Amino acid sequence: MMCQQCHLREANVHYKQIINGKKVEMHLCSQCAEEKGKLTFSPQLSLGSLLWGFGFGSDTDYPGIGKQPVLRCSMCGMSFDDFRRSGKLGCPNCYRVFRDNLEPILRRLHGGSEHTGKVPARLADEIKTTNEIERLKAELASAVENEQYEKAAELRDRIRELENSGKSGGV
Amino acid sequence: MKQNDMHSAPDMDVAISSRVRLARNLEAYPFSTRMTRAQGAEILEKVKKVMFSDKNAGFSDEFMYFGMNSMKPLDRQLLVEKHLISPEFAEGRTDRAAIISKDERVSILVNEEDHLRLQCIYPGMQLEEAWRRCDDIETRLDEKLGFAFDEISGYLTCCPTNSGTGIRASVMLHLPALSMTGYIKGILETCSKIGVAVRGAYGENSEASGNMFQISNQVTLGQTEEEIVAGISNITSQISNQERMLRDELYKQNPHRFEDRIYRSLGLLQNARIMSSEESLKLLSDVRLGVIAGLINSIDLKKINDLMLMIRPAYLQKLAGTELGPDERDQRRAELLRKSLSAGSLN
Ligand SMILES: [Zn+2]
Ligand SMILES: [Zn+2]
Repeated sequence: MMCQQCHLREANVHYKQIINGKKVEMHLCSQCAEEKGKLTFSPQLSLGSLLWGFGFGSDTDYPGIGKQPVLRCSMCGMSFDDFRRSGKLGCPNCYRVFRDNLEPILRRLHGGSEHTGKVPARLADEIKTTNEIERLKAELASAVENEQYEKAAELRDRIRELENSGKSGGV
Repeated sequence: MKQNDMHSAPDMDVAISSRVRLARNLEAYPFSTRMTRAQGAEILEKVKKVMFSDKNAGFSDEFMYFGMNSMKPLDRQLLVEKHLISPEFAEGRTDRAAIISKDERVSILVNEEDHLRLQCIYPGMQLEEAWRRCDDIETRLDEKLGFAFDEISGYLTCCPTNSGTGIRASVMLHLPALSMTGYIKGILETCSKIGVAVRGAYGENSEASGNMFQISNQVTLGQTEEEIVAGISNITSQISNQERMLRDELYKQNPHRFEDRIYRSLGLLQNARIMSSEESLKLLSDVRLGVIAGLINSIDLKKINDLMLMIRPAYLQKLAGTELGPDERDQRRAELLRKSLSAGSLN
């Protein structure tokens, strides 16, 4: 068995730590075990093993189902099976390629699956515009439903305006 | 009250330090799991340039550079003991570096699990201050480096447990009364139900680590950074209040026993000739409690906090200027504690 910390050396130490009052056991190489001094609180459970616990096993667990062609990230070559084994993604593009497969995992890990926090300054305006367009579209739908045609026309103009500003602004 | 002094930081009676860490990656590169050493070196060059030669990024002479491959193992271990780098990071890889501010409150690790790990540590209970400093530095870095970001998943990290905000907000608490009485168990259970991690040993082992517990968020996606920071601040101040009440209660119930324990521990520290790090942490925890309770006036909290760090192996060896075996370390440790805390050296 390989060390669960560095994944480089053979594990020869059975390391125990208590997180939230639960014993967490890890198999470590002697170097990693020694480096984990009593007061360094850094160990993270390997996500790979965590996913196993959640029932996200490997494809080979489902015999009989015809093998789907393997989806790979075009940027780094990672497959979703690689991710299941390591718990780590290969590059930013992986998040886009595996979005559908990752969604339930992110939901389980975090409760939510959509980011609501800080946005890079360079994207802030663009994202604000997109959100505004979505809000206006919802308003438009309800205006149409309530037969407020004058208001609907105004909203339609405003949406068109915002959509065009986004295109010419271009990043 | 002075705010910047180690011993006069807010809530220093219970809170040792507050830490905020942000995980970030450069958009144009694979994560560390899939990148070549050459790509790692490229990233390191870019970060170095922003931090040290790009005038309008505004970092100038605030920071120092530590290349992992050019440092001695003992010096790397010292950074580990100061919680500035992780033990895994200390391996001497050529594309890894730590960029640390002169006041040691900010550290930027390049090519750890993520391309960048930005961390701010403040003494006492100052989580919001730590977040604000991280936020400011991150904004300036992002302008120059362009961090991987996606509207839905937020900041993209190598491990999806960190994606979204990429934030880990944590406070180190000294909880001798809660662990002595066993009430800590209930707190650990409550915390795990609300997605808050508590790291540190408890029960028979909690004394051996000086009754120190680290409280941190587990969720990084779906909440804002401010919500996460406020949540951890809130839970730690509740825990701190319970610890304070229990300390008072313990003293009231049996002042003699309380005082005896504290003075006994101080006596051992002032006289012992051999001292393991576990025993010293246990005894220092008692003495810290005695200082806060006003029983020991001649020692300040800063001295105790410093000693908790100085008794660790790399620090001792650094002080000695040479490598030491375990037995020598135990003797040197006892000597250091004796000299720092002996009646003669006080006041
Ligand atoms: Zn290892
Ligand atoms: Zn990829």
